[in-house]
Amino acid sequence: MAEFLAYLIAGIATGAIYALAAIGFTLVWQTSQTINFAQGEFVMLPAVLVLLAIKLFGAPIWLGALIGIAAFILIFGVGFKLAVVDPMIRHGVLPLAIATMALSIIMKEGAKDGFSAEAQKFPSFVPTETISVFGAAISLQHVAIIAVAFAVIGLLQWFVGGTKLGRQMQATAQNPTVARILGIPVERMVLLTFVINAALAVVASVLISPIYLAKFSNGEVIGLFAFIAAIVGGFNQVRGALVGGLIVGIVDSMAAAYISTSYRLAVPLVLLVIVILLKPEGLMGRKEERRV
Amino acid sequence: MTAPATHSAAPAARRLSLPAFIDGTLLTLVAAAIILWFVPSGMGRYGTYVLSLWLVMSVAVMGLNLTLGYAGLKSLAQAAFMGIGAYATALLTSKLGLNWYASFAISGLLTFSVGLVLGFPALRVKAHYLAFVTLAFSTLIWLVLRNEQWLTGGVFGLSNIPRPSFFGLKLDGALAFHRFVVVVTFLLAVVLWWMIRSPWGRAFTALRENPIRAASLGIDTRMYTLLAFAIGSAYAGFAGALYAPLVEFIDPSPFSLSQSFFLLLMVVAGGAGYLLGPFIGALLGVVLPEWLRFAGSLYLIIFAGIVMLLLIACPQGMSGLLERGWNRLTGKTGGSR
Repeated sequence: MAEFLAYLIAGIATGAIYALAAIGFTLVWQTSQTINFAQGEFVMLPAVLVLLAIKLFGAPIWLGALIGIAAFILIFGVGFKLAVVDPMIRHGVLPLAIATMALSIIMKEGAKDGFSAEAQKFPSFVPTETISVFGAAISLQHVAIIAVAFAVIGLLQWFVGGTKLGRQMQATAQNPTVARILGIPVERMVLLTFVINAALAVVASVLISPIYLAKFSNGEVIGLFAFIAAIVGGFNQVRGALVGGLIVGIVDSMAAAYISTSYRLAVPLVLLVIVILLKPEGLMGRKEERRV
Repeated sequence: MTAPATHSAAPAARRLSLPAFIDGTLLTLVAAAIILWFVPSGMGRYGTYVLSLWLVMSVAVMGLNLTLGYAGLKSLAQAAFMGIGAYATALLTSKLGLNWYASFAISGLLTFSVGLVLGFPALRVKAHYLAFVTLAFSTLIWLVLRNEQWLTGGVFGLSNIPRPSFFGLKLDGALAFHRFVVVVTFLLAVVLWWMIRSPWGRAFTALRENPIRAASLGIDTRMYTLLAFAIGSAYAGFAGALYAPLVEFIDPSPFSLSQSFFLLLMVVAGGAGYLLGPFIGALLGVVLPEWLRFAGSLYLIIFAGIVMLLLIACPQGMSGLLERGWNRLTGKTGGSR
């Protein structure tokens, strides 16, 4: 029982990370129909940039973190939208999806060649201790990840539902044409979702890297699980991405503990296929009308 | 009354110009096969190997081009299918002593059947769910290749894969095997060329241009989509059957999910929906890195950068760019012959 609780907390923590990546993915999908195949690399890179900033400028951790994070949001929020998505979106989804695949290769190989092929230690803001709850050893880092991730997701929900700007963004996501008629600056709202996507990736990166270490190949697994999370939850829904992320995280943690470590990756994939076959719109998703 | 309506639409105009263009394609294939038969004579073992590898990858990309370029389906498991073909051929020829031709046929049949089994439930739901199902499948195959040591040798792979012989003629040398690859690739390309030209292939194209209109013209959309995916997968199986004896040693790494992404990049960079596109795409993906050797490990970044710029400039890929250039040279406007 104590073991189970520890696995559950670990699963919720990694699930929260997948949820952050998956929410950004669904936001970008909703506002611009862009499938970002570089989403995993979006979570991998900020940690590398932070370490690079610390190394280059000899800056203290907090300054390095600020420089790295600002650079990332600027390049992969604003720059990604303006330099890649804008010129390609009129050619349809496919060339754009392929371009994001190319982007993921550039980000991954860039991190490997420009920084390091080895996994690097990433500073943690939380002591690496465990506390005992009902006899289970719970890592403080996991607790911190859950607290921060949920605070960020809560903040995002409040922003989207409770502020004028957020509601304009939501309207754009639901129907850009009507939003434009209503006088909402659609372009600016789309740009905003890209910035939010980059910011969520930054949060996920800073939270997960003390545990996973900063490594160029981290994006592969995170990206895959974020996709599965988004699809399982229903990828036209922010709420769905959250639920999907948590389910995938917990399933993954339990599979590693109780089924087989060599096939742990397979269990969420099987879950994905089952969900697609039984409830194709995702657990929390709405049915989309067919567009001709 | 339906005929004039279809002919006035844009895709129909392109279809009208197809026969002339495609005869050119066949001539190009024949000429290229003849050149490739002789070219490696002075290139040495490694140069010959790179050329053969280019052709083998072209076969896999050709299959994906049918799935993606003609039928509009995003498959993320082409490398996994190639892995199934490669491992099946390796096991059948080295462990069971079966000859290569039978193994080649079995590899194609196996990947075709797996394609049907995988595609049927995915396409029953919605076309783009195939991307997700193949994504899962790709990872599962990779896990099996890595973990089932008793069958696949795990990370140590399978070695001593024999090369085929041709009517008693041993094809163990690099040049002899290269010529064999040229012939097989040529035959597979011609079969695909014939398929695309047949009414059956036209149905594929109709499907890509407008699935709903295709359905209203009486095309069984689901069956055609499924067949396009299964045949595309079988081509990956054929490519795997050629790949195993070419490299003589296989391990799971060339059949991972990222390799499937890479094959997709090749299709689109070469020109999705153009019969010669896969050869150009594989040239970019396989031979360009050899030329970029001076850049060391940066070659992947350069390659990906080229693909991105190419797609921004011309979303139809290299073939689209060449066609545009050719039309400008001959003073034609967008395929109006």
